[in-house]
Amino acid sequence: MANETAKTIPNKAAAVVEPEYPVTAMGVGALVAGWLVPGLGHFIQKRWIRGLLILCSVLCMFLFGLAMEGKIYTFNTGDLLEILGFFGNIGAGLLYFVARAQDWGQGNIHRALADYGTKFIIVAGLLNIISAIDAYHIGIGKKR
Amino acid sequence: MKIELSHFSAALVFALCASIVFGITQKNDAKEMMRYGLKCFGMFFGGVIVASWLMWLLKH
Repeated sequence: MANETAKTIPNKAAAVVEPEYPVTAMGVGALVAGWLVPGLGHFIQKRWIRGLLILCSVLCMFLFGLAMEGKIYTFNTGDLLEILGFFGNIGAGLLYFVARAQDWGQGNIHRALADYGTKFIIVAGLLNIISAIDAYHIGIGKKR
Repeated sequence: MKIELSHFSAALVFALCASIVFGITQKNDAKEMMRYGLKCFGMFFGGVIVASWLMWLLKH
């Protein structure tokens, strides 16, 4: 009896057919563009308002983070949290590289607000990654 | 340039920006996006208020 139950469950799961969405040049282009410049992945697909809102949100959060003296992580192989911080930061695309080139985001351990700033910069990067993936989904036709 | 934000206003800026992106990326329809964004903002804002009162209760 138990074996019969175990056999029937995969059959039910297999009955749900997920539509396939092939990888397209527009999808990949939107993903890369959306990562490099917040909202650009939506702009190139003529989602003007969505792109503008994403650009404003991510840029605002990143700049607020810098203005609060948040820290920008560099590539490192030390503490796990610092490595994760770097990956969060690099999600902001060109904003990260510009900030690194200008030597912004040195951090300030004497201010509690600077710690919030560090989190703002990381979350700006993570939100940008979500937005770039959304642009990819629009590009492959999974989302309108 | 440096700015001075209170903990509360920093939480509001965070909630606003995150809610906009969540709303746009998690839903398909414009109406649903707006509704989900507002819901996220409310949850962030409510979470801040609840957490503040909890900390006040812990202190007293």
